[in-house]
Amino acid sequence: MATETEYAEGGSGLVFHPLDQFIVKPLFGDGQVYWYTVTNATLWMALSVLGIMGLLVLGTRGAGTVPSRLQSMAEMTYGFIYKMVEDVSGKDAVRFFPYIFTLFLFILFANVLGLIPTAFTPTTHIAVTAVMALGVFLTVTILGFVLHGGTFLKLFWVSSAPLALRPILAVIELISYMVRPVSHSVRLAGAITAGHAVMKVFAAFAASALIAPLAIGGMVAIYALELLVAFIQAYVFTILTCVYLKDALHPHH
Amino acid sequence: MADTTTEAGAPVAEACVDAGGSAIGMPQLCTEWYANQIFWLLVTLAAIYFILSRVALPRIAAVLAERQGTITNDVASAEEMMLRVREAEAAYEKSLADARAEAKTISDETRAKIQAELDKELSAADARIAEKTAESEKAISEIRETAVENVRLVAADVAAEIVALMGDKADAKAIEAAVAERVKG
Repeated sequence: MATETEYAEGGSGLVFHPLDQFIVKPLFGDGQVYWYTVTNATLWMALSVLGIMGLLVLGTRGAGTVPSRLQSMAEMTYGFIYKMVEDVSGKDAVRFFPYIFTLFLFILFANVLGLIPTAFTPTTHIAVTAVMALGVFLTVTILGFVLHGGTFLKLFWVSSAPLALRPILAVIELISYMVRPVSHSVRLAGAITAGHAVMKVFAAFAASALIAPLAIGGMVAIYALELLVAFIQAYVFTILTCVYLKDALHPHH
Repeated sequence: MADTTTEAGAPVAEACVDAGGSAIGMPQLCTEWYANQIFWLLVTLAAIYFILSRVALPRIAAVLAERQGTITNDVASAEEMMLRVREAEAAYEKSLADARAEAKTISDETRAKIQAELDKELSAADARIAEKTAESEKAISEIRETAVENVRLVAADVAAEIVALMGDKADAKAIEAAVAERVKG
């Protein structure tokens, strides 16, 4: 969300490039972006890994019975997600806790670090969120069939509904099930992208002296909102993962 | 997973960025960058998972378990101490009650002893008083008897003298009888 808005040549007006912040570019030199190229995406993903290490490894270094501040934060994050997995997906879902915690921490740190001015936010990219959402979808579907075999399909057969309605409901359930990875990934990428783009538009308006106070005030407000959204979207992605996992473990309505 | 696609299908260098460095369309939809992001995402998630499962999660779980254990132990020892406090309190109450009872016994005994002594002294004093009274009464009655005798003698003498003064010879026997008559009356 850098503020590199420029006046167009001739100074006739404001130029908006609210989407430039999402461009993936090589970190060293410029040229083709190959799959192995170290890009700004790599940098900010690595920074989120460092942030997670800082919180969960350095923060818990003392391993004190009476925790330090950072250790307390790490324990609270751990407890928050652990309890979520336990409450939403059931006690037998606890073995998936490390995977879910990995997703939560990555999304949370990518979102929050992305709010640093000039940062790149990996979670704005559908490629990133779709891989995570598809990973969850495939894991949950395969797990459901492995654990329950054909009875997993009863998930789509609403036995509490009148018999005549059940085929229709089954179609609806099937469609909603198939759409899950789309909504799961687009929700996250869309929410973060929209926030960052809006902030950039406000930043562009700030270049005009007349409405600069309004634009800057708006940016401050949107920034606060985006900070909230960064946490909420990480939470939403995680809790939906837990809900989907529950379907795989206990596919009975 | 999409590692091979870019190398095969990456003919255009700048398909998503124009000459000015601005995005053409949404950068999110630029398929050229997908493989790069997916690759690094998988590396990142693997790294995070590795860090979590090898270092962070066991450590935090151990710390939480240890804390739970410490809390349980402390609560248990606090309860034990509370029990000991109750025991000590009961013992204190018991010894206090014992001491009170003993003090009461001692004071009762002492009181009874004093009372007995007092009674003894009182009865001895009563006896002495009775003795003295009897003695005194005896002395008084002796004195009274002698006094009566003396009165008789004096009266007889006085009567004899009076009779003599009247010029008569007193009959000792008659006077004595008359005096006895009078004194008795």
